[in-house]
Amino acid sequence: MPIPEGLPENVFYAIAAIYGLLILASIVTAVLKRRNPGEGTDELSRRVTSWWFMITIFTVAIITNRVVSTVFLGFMTFLAFKEYLSLIPTRRVDRLILLFAYLAIPVQFIFAHMNSYGLFLTFIPVWMFLFCPMTMTLIGKTEGFLRAVGTLSWGLMITVFALSHTAMLLAADDIVAGPAGGAGLLLFLVALTQFNDVAQFTWGKLFGRRKIVPKVSPKKTWEGFLGGLASTIVLGAIAGPFLTPLPFYYAGLAGGMIAIAGFLGDVTISAFKRDLGVKDSGGLIPGHGGILDRVDSLTYAAPVFYHAMHFFAFSGRI
Amino acid sequence: MTRALQYLFFLLVVRPVLLIILGMNVRGRENLPQKGPAIIAANHNSHLDTLTLMALFPLKELHRLRPAAAADYFLSNKWLSWFAKNIIGIIPLNRGAVRKNPLADLETALDKGEILVLFPEGSRGEPEQRADFKRGVAYLAKSRPEVPVVPVFMHGLGKALPKGSFFLVPFNCDVIAGEAIKWTGDTGSFMGALETSMNDLAAEGHFQPWE
Repeated sequence: MPIPEGLPENVFYAIAAIYGLLILASIVTAVLKRRNPGEGTDELSRRVTSWWFMITIFTVAIITNRVVSTVFLGFMTFLAFKEYLSLIPTRRVDRLILLFAYLAIPVQFIFAHMNSYGLFLTFIPVWMFLFCPMTMTLIGKTEGFLRAVGTLSWGLMITVFALSHTAMLLAADDIVAGPAGGAGLLLFLVALTQFNDVAQFTWGKLFGRRKIVPKVSPKKTWEGFLGGLASTIVLGAIAGPFLTPLPFYYAGLAGGMIAIAGFLGDVTISAFKRDLGVKDSGGLIPGHGGILDRVDSLTYAAPVFYHAMHFFAFSGRI
Repeated sequence: MTRALQYLFFLLVVRPVLLIILGMNVRGRENLPQKGPAIIAANHNSHLDTLTLMALFPLKELHRLRPAAAADYFLSNKWLSWFAKNIIGIIPLNRGAVRKNPLADLETALDKGEILVLFPEGSRGEPEQRADFKRGVAYLAKSRPEVPVVPVFMHGLGKALPKGSFFLVPFNCDVIAGEAIKWTGDTGSFMGALETSMNDLAAEGHFQPWE
């Protein structure tokens, strides 16, 4: 199969490697299901099937062209933000403001697409942050004001602002982005974040004993966290030199950062869901829950990875 | 001809909007009737309710779904009336009219094996707040006691498009179908069973307030 024009070769090989892992996971799941039929393995096989769909959609989105990729990332962000707004208590008077908040998504992704660092960085934390309470004030309903403005601002930050860093990575200049361009950086971040989730889950299932945050996420263990961290450092060090401008030791470090940030994102979204008394944020992806359940790790990993890259690698410090 | 238009409207407009802008979480899908005659009894928050309930069924079953709707509202002008009758397939009900049997058209539809979509609250009312159920559904169940009545609780559509609003704000909606209930023998206990079932379904969702 010829490599699509304009796609960095390394991205193509990385995607081929991911499909290799996926095939392996499908075989392992089929064997487990045969040996041990039941609800547990059914759930596992639903998850793996969903992975096939998600990875294929993601692959198509990033190999087509940068506009398609950015629109795809924006749409994913829209789904996450919509899930968030659907779960939290909202006020009827704020409907119009919520509509404006939705409109912040295309604006933020256009700034990311333009690779305009200043606009990208200020639009939500400064302008939307000032705009939302201002409109609520002008509408004039003060009951529940603090809760409404607090939950809306946090939601915009944790979904729209945090996830838009993925589009910002994609837009990185070719001179600083490394051997596989922005697509390579995005693939490195997303693949490692998702790999870390799976690795943590697997290590936890196999060796999990000591609970790490029992009140928030009772199934998470130290063994799972550390196993995931070690696996992701190794994978980062292997994949980094192909997909990023980083030498293997810094790439391993980046893998470690992604693993820790991913874990923190995961438990932060868990805390939010637990506060609202829901288990899954939605029912969009069979075996996984909603879109917010799938991108929870990315809400922390994307900004942390992007800003580390921006500070150290893009500016030529390393 | 109109059946083709109905099919296309649901395929090209209703389903994409529900999938992309709104997004549905459906629970208890197995409780929905496979074929008529049956009655769907749902709470009412928005004009989107009817479309959402109809979209839960396969496209080829669309023409068997008959929402009962107020004649004074939906037949008030020529265009709306054509749309409501042909594309949605409503059975017009005369609110407050004096007739021998106000439910006659609904009974005929059940006898033809169709699935009725009823909103026992009567009107959309305040969004995301339940109003008392009217007893019409009980009289219908009494006259056709073998027909299953499936309670369906919906949440979120009143936020997306409440009564009196013209712009649609994206929200995910939840649709929870409960187990079918049948005529219990008297109106009071039937309405009680329906209310209880609705309350249980509403509690299942852990929904946050909307004030």
